[in-house]
Amino acid sequence: MSDELLYSETEEELRTAVADLLADRAPWSAVLARTETAEPYDAQLWKALGTGIGAAGLLIPEELGGAGATLREAAVVAEELGKAVAPVPFLGNLMATELLLAARESGNGTAAAAEDLLRGIASGEVTAVIAIPFTRSPDTTYKGRVSVTPWPPREAPHPARLTGKVTSVAGAQTADVLLVPSDGSIYVVQAADARITPVTTLDMTRVLSDVEFDDTPGQLLAIRYEPLSQALLSGAAILASEQLGLAEQCLTTTVEYVKTRHQFGRAVGSYQGLKHRLAQLWVQIAQARAVARHAVSATGAEREIAVAIAQAHCSAVAVQAAEECVQMHGGIGFTWEHPAHLYLKRAKSSSIALGSPTRHRRRLAELVDLPAS
Amino acid sequence: MPPLITQHDLENRIHDFLAAHDPGSTDRLDFLRARFDAGLAWLHYPPGLGGLGLPRDRQPIAEKAFAAAGAPDNGPRRIGIGLGMAAPTILAFGSDEQKQRWLRPLWCGEEVWCQLFSEPGAGSDLAALATRAVRDGDDWVVNGQKVWTSMAHEARWAILVTRTDPDVPKHQGMTYFVLDMTAPGVEVRPLRQITGEAEFNEVFLTDVRIPDSQRLGAVGEGWKVAQTTLMNERVAIGGGASPRESGMIGVLAKTWRENEKVRDAALHDRLMTLWVAAEAARLTAQRLSAQLAAGQPGPEGSAAKYAFATLNQQISGLELELLGEEALRYDDWTMRRPDTVDFVGRSPGYRYLRSKGNSIEGGTSEILLNIIAERVLGLPGEIRADKDVAWKDLPR
Ligand SMILES: Cc1cc2nc3c(=O)[nH]c(=O)nc-3n(C[C@H](O)[C@H](O)[C@H](O)COP(=O)(O)OP(=O)(O)OC[C@H]3O[C@@H](n4cnc5c(N)ncnc54)[C@H](O)[C@@H]3O)c2cc1C
Repeated sequence: MSDELLYSETEEELRTAVADLLADRAPWSAVLARTETAEPYDAQLWKALGTGIGAAGLLIPEELGGAGATLREAAVVAEELGKAVAPVPFLGNLMATELLLAARESGNGTAAAAEDLLRGIASGEVTAVIAIPFTRSPDTTYKGRVSVTPWPPREAPHPARLTGKVTSVAGAQTADVLLVPSDGSIYVVQAADARITPVTTLDMTRVLSDVEFDDTPGQLLAIRYEPLSQALLSGAAILASEQLGLAEQCLTTTVEYVKTRHQFGRAVGSYQGLKHRLAQLWVQIAQARAVARHAVSATGAEREIAVAIAQAHCSAVAVQAAEECVQMHGGIGFTWEHPAHLYLKRAKSSSIALGSPTRHRRRLAELVDLPAS
Repeated sequence: MPPLITQHDLENRIHDFLAAHDPGSTDRLDFLRARFDAGLAWLHYPPGLGGLGLPRDRQPIAEKAFAAAGAPDNGPRRIGIGLGMAAPTILAFGSDEQKQRWLRPLWCGEEVWCQLFSEPGAGSDLAALATRAVRDGDDWVVNGQKVWTSMAHEARWAILVTRTDPDVPKHQGMTYFVLDMTAPGVEVRPLRQITGEAEFNEVFLTDVRIPDSQRLGAVGEGWKVAQTTLMNERVAIGGGASPRESGMIGVLAKTWRENEKVRDAALHDRLMTLWVAAEAARLTAQRLSAQLAAGQPGPEGSAAKYAFATLNQQISGLELELLGEEALRYDDWTMRRPDTVDFVGRSPGYRYLRSKGNSIEGGTSEILLNIIAERVLGLPGEIRADKDVAWKDLPR
């Protein structure tokens, strides 16, 4: 049914709750101010969002203390977070949750460990992220540069030692637990046991870190790739909704501005050169909404196709919206004091994260039988 | 509230209908008329007028079931203007009598409709139109010229906008009629187009009498009625729910799959970019039709139509590049008089040329962007030098 492309009443209620919280706690001026502190992620906001509203445990079944919701609801949260470029580890935590949920199902003796972590995430005690470079796309065959002893892994749960480095991990700085892929398996490491070094990041509102392990203790969680690609796929689907929210916010801000800014005795928004570009952007955003909704609703074989479509489309739309936002604000849009740069940095970074549009199109070509050669 | 007729009910009704009217042995027109009378034609129309008052997004269920049973269709590509524009306008503004008279033969494809809106001096600025209608007893007497009228050569009826009061500003003095194309004084001449054929026409109206009973909406309300037609036109052109790879992208994908020799790395990324864009447009149209399930089309339809035009042009352009030498040949320049509007059929060169019309017909892309900017985004309107001037005093 095409109703899956619309929003349900519950989803709209959740949206309002998140939007109210963000309006109150994360106005852009506060977001900007935070980027210049030592704590780029907002722990208080994350607590209010994660446990107050329950966003951290959305996907976790009720019997483990979560909301038992689906990616559709999570996507609405992501849209609002995108509108606010809010500095919270929602996306990373969601991907880790998907990985744990998959590991719980995989039935190789690690269900109990996964469930403990999921309970912790739902209650807000634990924030988890997957230790993988943020650029990795869902169709990745990621082996990682972390070596594990003893090798090969024995029956889980299985204590191991990890050594090596993972670069450009999103949200690691605020994580309590890292899920570390290595050569096909996934290990659980306490973040406190790893060396986490924040890097100066293009997207100041989603700071990346390099994560190093040096004979660091870990526990085996899963011995297969499949859960990892499924988790990244969910992340890519949710990222598309975040990009949609970001694009919408850029359009709204820009439309407001061009209505009030006058040059040559007229509102600059009365010039067709701008009107038409904004109208085109609106068309792109209306399409982004449809593909993003489809990406979080599709199942089975359609899911990977839907996510690749959404990523290829929404990445480009978010960048276009942020670039137009800068341009149509003129000099103001180029300043540090205006939020446009926060959106541009987030948009451009997001378009590269979890696979670039080109990468998603290439994958799509395989999925829909349109081979390159 | 659950719908009064569930999907299951609907499927049962169709099943019963098919049992009573075997598509294999029933005469085509009898079958279509019976389908209309059973309310299984356009499901969202009211009972008695070919529908059941259901949400619009149920239609695919019926289409699928009838197609699966091998039932005859009403030749939708021949009667697109009737289905997409005339019918919704008649439904919105027609009297009971008018609806009874026109809707059934329209849907069954017995009567083709055309749209007499554009004039030599009034295209994008439709409200500037000059075709005059003057009241004379129970009739109106019409004089003027229309242009670019698709399918006028096939049409039995036309929807027509005229000027009835030249002394008021242009938007206020118009009145909307249904015109009998067989009436004395109606002259249709072919206009040949870039594809070689003549799908559209110019239409000369000389002392044509239209009974007042064929007026749609009040005298002077023609602009309002015409808006309903145009909104529906854009939704109709922009496309409703359709399966993946229907339309031009399907043709291009097929070409790519079947001809290994056309494949090239740079073209591949363009192909995939267009494939994604086509999917985005398709899913958006699907979302729009779910939103429209109950309501009337708004300016969002302009976005669908704009996207469709842009895509068709890009896709058909890429198709020629892929084909190389083959693209240099054209299938047929003969001056034909087609009886359907065909965007996808015929040859690659035809598709490339015909799609150039997509960003002109039904409102140019520039006008559609104006509509989105002003009505959706609330940006300032275009400067209108002629807004408060009586139509007769406008500079020409
Ligand atoms: C294939 C085809 C079929 C058609 N079928 C029918 C039909 O069945 N019935 C019917 O009534 N009409 C029909 N038309 C006519 C169509 O609706 C008009 O051609 C269209 O509205 C444009 O009007 P015009 O040709 O006078 O161009 P103009 O309005 O003169 O436009 C010329 C150029 O100026 C631009 N322009 C005009 N105003 C503005 C503005 N305010 N801002 C920015 N740019 C502007 C236009 O976008 C265009 O690029 C058909 C046209 C085609 C191509």
